[in-house]
Amino acid sequence: MNDTATTARYRHWRLETADTVAVLTLDVAEQSANVLSRDVLAELEQIVAELAPQYLKGLILRSAKPAGFVAGADVREFERIVEAAGAAELARTGQRVLAGLAALPFPSVALIHGYCLGGGLELALACTYRVARDDAGTRLGLPEVRLGIHPGFAGTLRLPALIGDLPALDLMLSGRTVDARAARRFGLVDEIAPERHLLRAAQALLRRRPPRQRAPWHRQVAGLRWLRPLTARLVRARLVAKVDPRHYPAPHRLLDLWKERASAEREAQSLGELLVSPVSRHLVQLFLESEALKRGARQLPHGIEWIHVIGAGTMGADIAILAAQRGFRVSLQDRHPEVLARAVKRAHEHFRRHYKIPRAAQEALDRLMPDLGGNGIGRADLVIEAIVEDLDAKRALFRELESRLKPTALLATNTSSIPLEDLAAALAEPARLVGLHFFNPVAKMQLIEIVRGGATGELALSRARAFAIALDRLPLDVASRPGFLVNRVLMPYLLEAVRALAEGIPAEVIDNAARDFGMPIGPVELADTVGLDICLAVGERLAPVLKIEVPSILHTYVEHKRLGKKTGRGFYDYDARGRARRSLAARRPPDPQLAERLILRLLNEAMACLREGVVRDPAAVDLGLVYGAGFAPFRGGPMSHARALGEEAMHHGLYRMASQYGAGFAPDPGWAQSGLWKAKPD
Amino acid sequence: MAMNRVFIIDGARTPFLRARGAPGPFSAADLAVACARPLLARQPFAPADLDEVIVGCVIPAPDEANIARIIALRLGCGKHVPAFTVQRNCASGLQALASAAERIALGQSQLVLAGGTEVMSRAPVQWNAAMSRWLGNMIKARGIGARLQTLARFRPAFLKPVYSLLLGLTDPLVNLSMGQTAEVLAHRFSIGREAMDAYALESHRRLAAAYDAGHMTAEVEPLYDAQGQHYREDTGLRRDTDLNQLSKLPPVFDRDYGLVTSGNSSQITDGAAMLLLASEEAVARYRLKVAGEWLGHEWAGVDPSQMGLGPVHACARLYRRFNLTHRDMQQMELNEAFAAQVLACQAAWDSADYARTELKLDSAPGRVDPARLNPEGGAVALGHPVGASGARLVLHLLRALQRKGGGQGVATLCIGGGQGGAMLLKTGNGI
Repeated sequence: MNDTATTARYRHWRLETADTVAVLTLDVAEQSANVLSRDVLAELEQIVAELAPQYLKGLILRSAKPAGFVAGADVREFERIVEAAGAAELARTGQRVLAGLAALPFPSVALIHGYCLGGGLELALACTYRVARDDAGTRLGLPEVRLGIHPGFAGTLRLPALIGDLPALDLMLSGRTVDARAARRFGLVDEIAPERHLLRAAQALLRRRPPRQRAPWHRQVAGLRWLRPLTARLVRARLVAKVDPRHYPAPHRLLDLWKERASAEREAQSLGELLVSPVSRHLVQLFLESEALKRGARQLPHGIEWIHVIGAGTMGADIAILAAQRGFRVSLQDRHPEVLARAVKRAHEHFRRHYKIPRAAQEALDRLMPDLGGNGIGRADLVIEAIVEDLDAKRALFRELESRLKPTALLATNTSSIPLEDLAAALAEPARLVGLHFFNPVAKMQLIEIVRGGATGELALSRARAFAIALDRLPLDVASRPGFLVNRVLMPYLLEAVRALAEGIPAEVIDNAARDFGMPIGPVELADTVGLDICLAVGERLAPVLKIEVPSILHTYVEHKRLGKKTGRGFYDYDARGRARRSLAARRPPDPQLAERLILRLLNEAMACLREGVVRDPAAVDLGLVYGAGFAPFRGGPMSHARALGEEAMHHGLYRMASQYGAGFAPDPGWAQSGLWKAKPD
Repeated sequence: MAMNRVFIIDGARTPFLRARGAPGPFSAADLAVACARPLLARQPFAPADLDEVIVGCVIPAPDEANIARIIALRLGCGKHVPAFTVQRNCASGLQALASAAERIALGQSQLVLAGGTEVMSRAPVQWNAAMSRWLGNMIKARGIGARLQTLARFRPAFLKPVYSLLLGLTDPLVNLSMGQTAEVLAHRFSIGREAMDAYALESHRRLAAAYDAGHMTAEVEPLYDAQGQHYREDTGLRRDTDLNQLSKLPPVFDRDYGLVTSGNSSQITDGAAMLLLASEEAVARYRLKVAGEWLGHEWAGVDPSQMGLGPVHACARLYRRFNLTHRDMQQMELNEAFAAQVLACQAAWDSADYARTELKLDSAPGRVDPARLNPEGGAVALGHPVGASGARLVLHLLRALQRKGGGQGVATLCIGGGQGGAMLLKTGNGI
C-alpha cells in the first residue's frame, strides 16, 4: 500500500495521491470560476497521461472554487476563433482529452458543487461516477443553445446513453439547468450528499465500484433505430413551435445529430459551423457585454440591508418580493391595507412557487413586512418610491420622507417618465436621489435602468448599480431624458404599429411581421398587454419631446374602455384565459416590408438615444433593448442589427420609409457619424 | 440588594381572531412575528441587539418546540440571541413579562423582547393512548403473522381523538372545566344570568367605542393572510349584539341548569402581543423613549375549583407590598375569562367576610370603580388566546394610561389551576 501523498504542480490543477486514490482539483488561475480553456484542457491531458500507467484504485475530480465545479468552456476564447475549422479543432481537442479520462483503467468520480454547466458537465459525464452536493446552489445543465451552439465534447452522445434519449434532448434543447435532486432523479448523478459527506460518498463509490449508470430500457425506447425518425419528428414539431430554426439553428442541428446518430466528429464539425455563425456571434457578444457590465457594477459595495418600498401596486409589490427573495429585509408601505393584503397574497403565491421547501418560502415571507404605518422608513438603507406617476404626489412624498431617512439612505424612484430633476427639487439633499427603473413583470425582466439625474451623486449611482447586481439584474446607466432608453425606443415602434393598424392592416399581420423578424411578441399584442391607457399616457408624455404624433385610434380605444388584456378587449379580443383571439389573417405569410418599417422606426430612435448620449455606447443600446424589451437576441440588439445591415442600407431604407411614412423615419444625424455606432465597444 | 429599574419601551399586538371551528390562517409563531416585526422595525436598535426573547405559549404546535427561539430567529435576531418559552396557563404572557422584568431588575439582561402568543384554533388533536400503543406494536411487529395478529387487535375505540384544547381548559385535579369553575363562583356569590349578560354587552360596547375613537391603533398592528385578507380589528367584537340575543344563548359548560354561555365567556381566539423591556442602561445607550415603568408583580394561589378569584389574591399581595388600594389605580385591566368571574372578583372585594377569612384583612377593600375596570372592554369581546392575554393586558394598560395622562395601573388575571397574577405599572411624569 502506498500511503505517501504525492503532489504534482500544474498551473490550473492540483494532484494529490493518498492511499492509491488520486484527487485532482481544478483551480483555474486568476479566475473566480473554473472554465475549460485550451490551457486547462492541455494540462488535463498531461495529467491523464501521467496517471494512466499508475496503480490506482480511482480518481476523484473536484473544484477548489466556492462558486462551483466548472462553469463551462471559456467563452472569451470563442471570439478569437474566426473559422469553423478552428472551432471544430477546439471541440476535437476537448473530445480527445475527455476520451482519455474516460479510458483510464480505474474508475473516476466527479464531485460536483455549484455550477456544473456545458463543458463542465461534459467533463463530469466522462467520469465513471458523479456525486452532487445536495443544496440549492448546485445546478447542472448543458445551456450551450443559449449561446447559439450545442455541446461539442461528445456530450450529445454521452448524455442520452446515461439518462435516456428524451430527457437528454429535453435538457440539451431547452438549455435549462436542474438542481441536485432532479439530477439524481434523471440518473444524471449517481448520488447526492450534503457537503459533510461529499468526499466519503465519492470514496465509497470507488470502493464499491457499482456498475456504471445507464438509462433503463424504457428510457431508451424512443431512441431505437426504427423509432428514432418518428421521435425526432415529434420532438421537432414541439421545438418549431418554440424556436424558429431560421433564428436559432442550434437546437435544430442538435436534433438532426441525434436523429442521424451522428459521431463525435460530426458533433465537432457542426459545433464549428455554429460557433462562427452570426447568431452565435451575437449571443456570445451579448453575454460578454452583460458580464462586463456586471463586473463594472461590482466595484463598490451597496451597503444595503433594508429596503423600504412605497406603493404596493403590482410594480412596488413585485420589487419588494424580488428584493426579499434575494435576501434583503423589506418593508412595503401603502396607504391602503387592502392593497397591502393583495401584495402579501402575491408574495405567498410567488414564494410558494419559487421555493420547493416551505421553510425557505417562510424565511422570504418573514423578510417582507407589510408596513401600513411606515415603520421601516427610518430603518431603510434604500427607499424605493413606486407610487402613481404624478409629479406633485411624488414631490409631496419626498418632502415628507426626507427628514425621516437615515443619513446614509439612498432614495430611488421607479418613475418611468418624470425627469429626476423635477423630483430632486423637492429634496434638501438631491445627490442621494437615483432612478431605479424596473420593467414589468419584475420577476422576469433582467434589466434595471439606473437613471442619473442632474444632481445625482456618483456614490448613489454606484450603490444603485451594485444593488441591481445583488438583485441578479443588469444595471444599465441611462441619462434622465424622457422615457430613458427602453421606453423611448419602444414607443415610436409601438405607435408605428398602431398607425399601420389605423391604415387597415390587420393586427395579426403586423404582429406576425414583427415575430418573423424575431421579436418575442408582436407590437399590437404588446400594446394590449401593457394596457392601451398606459401606452396612451406614455405616448402623450413622450410625443412632444420626440416630435411624434399619437394616432387618434389609440384615443378612440381608450375612450371606449378597450384597454387591452386587462379589460378583455383591446386591439384584440381575449378569451377567458387571456389568450388573443386571432382572425384568419394570422395565416397570411409574414410581410418583410412591414417588419422593415417597424424595425427601422425603432432603430432610428435607438440611434437618436445614442447620439444624444442617453446611454454611453452602442453596446448599452443593444443590452437595454434585448434585456429590457426582448429585441431579437440572435440579432444582437438594434445597433448590432444596424451594423449587419450596413450604413448604406440603413440610409436607403430610412429615406424610402420617410417618403412614405413621414418624418419619424428621416435618418437621424447619428447614422452619418460612423464612429458613433460602428466601432465595436472595447 | 439594589434592583435595577425596568422600563417598558413599546409594544404591539395582532388583532385577535376568533376561532371558527377550523384551524386559523396563522401559526402561533406567525402571529408573534407579525406584531413584533413592526415593533422592532421602529426601534433605533437592531433585533440582534436584544439580550433575549421570552415568549409565553400554552399549546404550541408540535413543530413549535421552544417557540420563543423560533420567533427570535424568524424576526432576524440572529443566531446569538437566546430565547426561552414559559408556561403558566392563562398567565403565560404575563409570566414572560415577569421573567423579563426580573432578569432586567437583577442586571442579567438589558433589553428583552417578551410577550405571548397562542393559536387555540390549531390546538392539536391527538391519538389516544390505546391507539399509540397499538401503533407502536404495529411498527415493532416483524413478519406477516405478527403483523396480522397486531392488526386483529385493533378496536374502533382507538380512533377516539384527544382534543388537547379541551384537556387544556379542564382542571385535571378537581375535574372541572374552566367554565364550570365560573359556575361555582356564580353560585357562591349569587351572580345571575342577567348580570353576566349585561357585563358581556358592556364589554363589547366599550371595545367598539375604543376602536371607533381610534384608541386601538396604538397597540394593534394589522394582519395579512395568504389569501389576501387583512384584519385590523378583533374579529370577536360584535357591534350588533344586544341583551335579547345574549339571553337566548344556551349554557355551554353545565348544559342543563348552568348560567355561563358562550356569550358571557371569553372567546376561543388566536392572537399575540409582544413588548420591549429595557434597563436604564439600555434606555440611555439607545436613547429609547420610555412608555412606562414596571414596578413589580405578585402571584397567588387559590382553590383550583374557584380559580377565577386569583386576581383578588394576587392584587392583595401586590397592594400590601406597595401599600396601595384600588383608589391608587387609574385603571385596572382584569382579564375577563368569564363575566361571572369578573363579577365574582368584585363581589369578593366587597365582602367583609371574604376579606377576613380568605385575605386576612380587617375590612373589605371594596370593589373597583367599574369605570376604571376594563374601560376599553376585555376578553369577552376580544377573546382570550390564553398564552397572549397577559401581555395584551399589560400592553393595553400601558397605552390607556399614556393616553389618559399617566398614572398607576394594575394588570391582573386568573389562572387555570387556581392562581392569580398581577403586575403594577406606572406611566407619565416622574419616570
